[in-house]
Amino acid sequence: MAEQQPVPLLELRGIDKSFGAVQALKDVQFDVSAGEVVALVGDNGAGKSTLIKVIAGIHPIDAGTILWEGRPVSLNGPKDASALGIATVYQDLALCDNLDVVANLFLGRETTAGLGPAAVLDEVSMERRAIETLRRLSVKIPSVRTPIAALSGGQRQSVAVARSVLWQNKVVLLDEPTAALGVAQTKEVLDLVRRLRDAGHGVVIISHNLADVFEVADRITVLRLGRYVGTFEAATVDHEEIVGYMTGALATAATTTPTGSATSAPTTEPST
Amino acid sequence: MTSTLEHDPRVLGEEPGFGGVARGTLRRLRSGDLGQLPVVLGIIAIWTIFGLTTPNHSFINPGNLVNLSLQMAAIGTIAVGVVFVLLLGEIDLTVGVVSGLAAAVMAVANTKAGLPGPAAVGLGLLVGVAIGLIHGFWTTRFRIPSFVVTLAGLIGWQGALLFVLGDTGTINMTDGFVVGLAGTFFKGILGYGIGALFVLYLAVAGIVGRRRRLKGGLAAAPAALVWTRVIIIGLCTAAAIFYLDRERGLPLSLVFLVGLVVVMDYIVSRTRFGRMIYAVGGNAEAALRSGIPVDRVRLAVFVLASLFAAWGGMLAASRLLAVNQSSGSGVELLNSIAAAVIGGASLFGGRGTIWAALLGILVIQSISNGMDLLAFPSPVKLMVTGAVLLAAVTIDALARRGRASTGR
Repeated sequence: MAEQQPVPLLELRGIDKSFGAVQALKDVQFDVSAGEVVALVGDNGAGKSTLIKVIAGIHPIDAGTILWEGRPVSLNGPKDASALGIATVYQDLALCDNLDVVANLFLGRETTAGLGPAAVLDEVSMERRAIETLRRLSVKIPSVRTPIAALSGGQRQSVAVARSVLWQNKVVLLDEPTAALGVAQTKEVLDLVRRLRDAGHGVVIISHNLADVFEVADRITVLRLGRYVGTFEAATVDHEEIVGYMTGALATAATTTPTGSATSAPTTEPST
Repeated sequence: MTSTLEHDPRVLGEEPGFGGVARGTLRRLRSGDLGQLPVVLGIIAIWTIFGLTTPNHSFINPGNLVNLSLQMAAIGTIAVGVVFVLLLGEIDLTVGVVSGLAAAVMAVANTKAGLPGPAAVGLGLLVGVAIGLIHGFWTTRFRIPSFVVTLAGLIGWQGALLFVLGDTGTINMTDGFVVGLAGTFFKGILGYGIGALFVLYLAVAGIVGRRRRLKGGLAAAPAALVWTRVIIIGLCTAAAIFYLDRERGLPLSLVFLVGLVVVMDYIVSRTRFGRMIYAVGGNAEAALRSGIPVDRVRLAVFVLASLFAAWGGMLAASRLLAVNQSSGSGVELLNSIAAAVIGGASLFGGRGTIWAALLGILVIQSISNGMDLLAFPSPVKLMVTGAVLLAAVTIDALARRGRASTGR
């Protein structure tokens, strides 16, 4: 696979964000490396969505540092995030039901042949690339020319995820990818998440469903009331502990140093 | 890396061969995507009924087919614009009055101001563009539903039409160019030549598209199927021109209509602009997030709708040889919307093709023409047309339900 990164792909340190009098995020840490799945969990109002929107470039931060492959960057809009290679799959998926899978994968970035106003859609190359991408991710759909309206919830989620990796994105944010899915479809999507990780993407997954989280996540970052509780190796904590941290029943425990699965050296230092 | 994608039963392009085409078609039909099938069957039924019931089978005699073509041209052209607006999930209630207003401006410029025919027609088209810009600007800038904006337009442009005509009442068209729009016919070799060009275009598009898919390693429809389609359309075209040729010939205004449909279908189905229209009509929020300039697409579509309405209005003026105060305020609006919907354009946006305008107007105008020949009174005609429209949308609604329930 790709070369192992000694530094996380994306790292956030000491992030503060407030909306008027409401402090949505206070001194939050987060990082994700290539080839790992990090889950972001917390009760309602913990700040998960705000943090995702910070990473997606929608909310500019008040204080803190964002590092991309070790270099400080500023995210002032969704374009900044996607230019770096951060893709977000929101819960509503943003697919056009009336268009087929190929058209949705390339929505807004269609491949054309010819020049200027004579340019026509290059359906052949788009369809080839769609088939190749879906095959690489082992997404099962009846045909790439099926309209989205005829697909199941799991298949739609898979198409939305496939779109996010079609454009060489390195970090993929998935907002509640398994909400409202049945058992078989949930498994389908979680398998897809694993394949993204194995393909070297850094995957961030927000979920209310801890069973799903434990099934795919390498590390789990817990937020509570806008504050950073800790990041835990999924293999070393159990369900009850995470619930305890989420609800505050367990006080802020030892804040384990975030360590990427690929590296063993701690990557965060007390702020410099 | 091989250059061909071998068939994989899990992740599919379309399947190859006749069996694949049959399975794909069946899957689409079962999932509620009936395409043009109901309307084509409807046309066959209507023609059979009227062909048998009209006195001396006058419905299918050459003279009546020429009349039918002429009747279709104006409202069919307007319906092309309506399809664009419906694809966005919007509506334009002004297409009728705008057709009348543009025709009135053209007539006044030509007969009173002495502007030459082509310039007067150009001015009429400009009026259409300007009105479309106003509609588009108001709906996108102030976020007012197009239903309301164009409802205001329906009233306002009616006033503008009366204002332009002043106390003249009726203006008779005598300009050779203007009269020639609907009064020109192609006989003999010229008519057949135009028909041959049309079929040749469809054949080349089909063959080239198939070659390109095969070269790209994708499954394509078997050549025999492509050829069968071309031969069927070719025979229908040849038969139509043969019949028209036995009377006045192939009307120029029908050539205009079919040409417009072919060009607009190409734009809608093959260009990024067309793809954007479907995306905005399917999910405007998703389109916006994908970087599609949603408001500019809306603006462009309202301009096209008014432009085609203006053009259709001038074709009508050319056929009727006159413009008067009721031009465009009759059946134009309702029949053009009905044509688009019967042809398969969804009122909820994102579904339908430009061919809907042509097929739909063929249904509407055939019924109207046939009932005239049977000397049905006006009340019956209106009720039958209403019932046909209702039947068409019911088939569409049932198909949609089928589509929702086959989601796997």
